[in-house]
Amino acid sequence: MHLIRLALASLRNRRFTALLTVFAIALSATLLLAVERVRVEARMSFANTISSTDLIVGARSGSVNLLLYSVFRIGNATNNIRWSSYQHFAEHPQVKWAIPLSLGDSHRGYRVLGTSAAYFEHYQYGRKQALELAKGRPFGEDLFEVVLGAEVARKLGYQLNDEIVLAHGVAKVTLQKHDDKPFKVVGILKPTATPVDRTLHISLAGIEALHIDWQNGMPAYGNGKISAEQAREMALQPKAITAMLLGLNSRIASFRVQREINEYSGEPLLAILPGVALQELWSLMGTAEKALFVVSLFVVLTGLIGMLTAILTSLNERRREMAILRSVGARPWHVALLLVLESLTLTLLGLLLGVALLYAGLLIAREPVLSLYGIYLPLSAPTWYELSLLGGILLAALVISIVPAWRAYRQSLSDGLSIRV
Amino acid sequence: MSHVLSLTDLQFAWPNQALLLDIPQFSLTRGERLFLKGPSGSGKTTLLALLGGIQLPQQGQLVTNGNTLSSLSAAARDHFRADHMGYLFQQFNLLPFLDITSNVLLPCRFSKRRAARASERYGSLEQAARHLLEQLGLPSSLHSRRADELSIGQQQRVAAARALIGSPELIIADEPTSALDYDSREAFIRLLFAECSGAGASLLFVSHDQSLAPLFDRVVDLAELNRAAGAPACI
Repeated sequence: MHLIRLALASLRNRRFTALLTVFAIALSATLLLAVERVRVEARMSFANTISSTDLIVGARSGSVNLLLYSVFRIGNATNNIRWSSYQHFAEHPQVKWAIPLSLGDSHRGYRVLGTSAAYFEHYQYGRKQALELAKGRPFGEDLFEVVLGAEVARKLGYQLNDEIVLAHGVAKVTLQKHDDKPFKVVGILKPTATPVDRTLHISLAGIEALHIDWQNGMPAYGNGKISAEQAREMALQPKAITAMLLGLNSRIASFRVQREINEYSGEPLLAILPGVALQELWSLMGTAEKALFVVSLFVVLTGLIGMLTAILTSLNERRREMAILRSVGARPWHVALLLVLESLTLTLLGLLLGVALLYAGLLIAREPVLSLYGIYLPLSAPTWYELSLLGGILLAALVISIVPAWRAYRQSLSDGLSIRV
Repeated sequence: MSHVLSLTDLQFAWPNQALLLDIPQFSLTRGERLFLKGPSGSGKTTLLALLGGIQLPQQGQLVTNGNTLSSLSAAARDHFRADHMGYLFQQFNLLPFLDITSNVLLPCRFSKRRAARASERYGSLEQAARHLLEQLGLPSSLHSRRADELSIGQQQRVAAARALIGSPELIIADEPTSALDYDSREAFIRLLFAECSGAGASLLFVSHDQSLAPLFDRVVDLAELNRAAGAPACI
């Protein structure tokens, strides 16, 4: 116990270099943990976003691209699919349910999704959890009704019956607003920790109504304009949607229906199995993840080598301290142990500071990461894996500390009691 | 009269160097205050390393407190030194980052025997440290100060308290007064004598400053003691 106190007192005496060492280790540990946490949470967040959906169908592009834009609201569709194609497959004998998805509009940075009532009935996330309303009801009674995701309502402070104006497009720059056709909030969903929370849900007819008087991507002016009231009177049928989610009667049929969709002669379509596409995404990300992990391991190693350098440089000027300890009865192994304890103390403090920095970073970055990348970073306690990484760093520090400890041991044997420096 | 220290036909040379020490006979009796003089480079420091069991002689016998040091293992010699010897050096002999009391108590952290003796005699380790420091003229207001906040004279008195705590049988002082002026030196030595007498310790005082010699019970010149003194100095 007194050796730990001695080690602490000695470190306090060299607090500036000790603090720098602690900080270097802390930063490296933060980086390693952050890389790990983002990796795990990204996977978790992606894997939890969709469940019970057997096929995702969109215009022919890449399967990862389709998965990203249809489910995660990342990126944009390369093309739309015809409404008739949707109808064709929605009525397919093997298809139990179909959810149309129409993307392209936004509201203050949040995506607007045009869909049908089937969305609230069949869409599932996490462990087959269905969407639940915290307040209100699904859209349907009127054309201009919107159901908000939990985060949209919370962040923008919307309540039921509030009126909101949607914008055309999803860019961050000033957008053309559909301010002639405001939507009324009729429902707010419970939080799901998925992109659903950051989505505004309206009916497909609502999407149609918004763009009914638009031509070539521009709103009509003067007589060409169609008011909200006029739109309500019209029978609005979508011509195209962005994608659709399909639930099948039997999972075994997935491959057959997938092939059928991919070979559909009506238009070029792509059907993907969400699990397979996710695997493809992981394999794409896997190399980058490994590279990041290796880089952060090297950063940790650099931090530990920094500590080794600091301790080794201090050894010569501390020969007197060692000799004094020897003269009062310390054995050479006491001196060596003192150095090991010093390394472990510096590393432990570095790791504690590193964890604190990680949580501070998560606290600051979680909102932007969520809104920019759709990855939910929870402020949860360290996992066993993260703790084992920290334990590994401590173990590495222990191994590295043998170098100065051995030198101090040899030095204290040769110097004895009477070093004069 | 029992000896706390006795050397017989001791010889020592550093590797690949000429014989540095060749001492046929030397002893220190219990309670004696001996002044060992010798110029710089005469082998005083090496002799202290031998007495402390840090180095072993190539030949001869060194008996301390009834134990032949060369027959003990390195660890046992370390134990023995911690239990039976108190050291006092020229200067810089305190750990600057510890307070005065912690510095004084250091030997008790490595020697259970000295810790037990100090507690037995004064009630507790802290009281033992306080008593010794006050006896050496350091008021309690200074006891929680860091060692490097004291003057050199005060630091030497703290080092003396540290050497004396737990009543070791032998105090070895290696030029502890060289940084002090004459008056301070004499006052310090008289304090050291008083405390050694109180603790029943023998004192081996090594110095090249002969002006202090008359204060001691006996004066020995290492150059006369050491038959190898004519050989070239190696340290």
